[in-house]
Amino acid sequence: MSLYYVQKFLYQLNRDPQLQQRYRQDRRSVLEPYELTGEEIEALVEPDVGLLFHLGVNGQILMHFAAFHRIEWADYLQRMRDGIARYGPVREGVYATTGYEGTDAHAARLGQQSGPLSHRPTSSEEEGD
Amino acid sequence: MPLVYTGVCSHAPGITGRADQADPEVRNAFYAAFDDMRRAVERSEAEALVVIAAEHFANFFMDNMPSFAIGMADFYEGPIEDPDWLAIDKFRAPGNRDLSRRIITEVMQTVDVAYAEEWKFDHGIAVPLHFLTPGFDRPVIPVNINCQGPPLAPLHRAWALGEALRRAADSVTERVALIGTGGISHWPATPDSGKINEAWDLEFMDRWCRNDRDALLAYDDLSVYADAGHGGFEIRTYIAAAAAAAGASGTVHFYAPIPIFAVGCTIASYDLTA
Repeated sequence: MSLYYVQKFLYQLNRDPQLQQRYRQDRRSVLEPYELTGEEIEALVEPDVGLLFHLGVNGQILMHFAAFHRIEWADYLQRMRDGIARYGPVREGVYATTGYEGTDAHAARLGQQSGPLSHRPTSSEEEGD
Repeated sequence: MPLVYTGVCSHAPGITGRADQADPEVRNAFYAAFDDMRRAVERSEAEALVVIAAEHFANFFMDNMPSFAIGMADFYEGPIEDPDWLAIDKFRAPGNRDLSRRIITEVMQTVDVAYAEEWKFDHGIAVPLHFLTPGFDRPVIPVNINCQGPPLAPLHRAWALGEALRRAADSVTERVALIGTGGISHWPATPDSGKINEAWDLEFMDRWCRNDRDALLAYDDLSVYADAGHGGFEIRTYIAAAAAAAGASGTVHFYAPIPIFAVGCTIASYDLTA
């Protein structure tokens, strides 16, 4: 479990076009310098956005990794939801330490509907957030 | 020269990057409010724009995370994001190294800050500049408050930073405008993205407009997280702006939850002339 290094790799990838180029050519070799578990390496190489979120990667880092892989916004959000459903609650990081409850619990707390949210505050007909 | 302008605005990447997915009517009203803010900054004849932001691991990471940092460079490049994703082309915004140095030196009289001679803007600054200095031609002095990687500086230190920035702005000969930028309640980039606690936002902005220091500092991170999400940690930028305008009264020029932008979109300013 080395969330710090998973996030450090993604932080560096997000801001370094040369590293991005090398990663496109050979994902595994670029990961070698980082202290990562096999699970983390596979999650990155796949990429398994849901597993990375479950491991605790901050969304502000993860969303750029998703964009790097041309994963559309709605798909990115759904992959995280699927990851929680498949792997369980967030293990570590800011969402775990501050008591991440999941989308349904948040919706109930806020008196809002769960699931995809409306684009328009006054309408519930459209999908997406 | 006394501080010439203080305001706050949202900075979420969806504001530009997912513009086509929003209700055009509310989106355009929000953009119009941004235009009004730009004109107000222009009327202030500000020679530099201090932007208090909450960047998102573009420059600062947990290997060496400053609570507060101020840029000290002659230029800043951005956006760090894919320009297509953010819908903002690559730019180089001017800084003012000498002015930064004088401001940092004065701030350090009361608040320890890191300084950065290199700084790549992410959406947290690029989105506000896109609207407020569309030509990226007004010198910027970026200020960062760590709102992403806890432990975070307590709110009263964000207030202290804002007070120090006001003192510093007043001490230089240049005309300085100050913009705080962040979300209020939001859960950005997570499965909860799009949730917005409007009641919480309006209560916070009421305290902000009254410039009620005690009420603003009464929040704590656990309750903020519960009611306003991890994005709510960014109230530090609004609190710093409030401190910079201590004693002034504020006005919310625009507020509307826009879920596809993942935030209650906000434009507000203080009246520094009263």
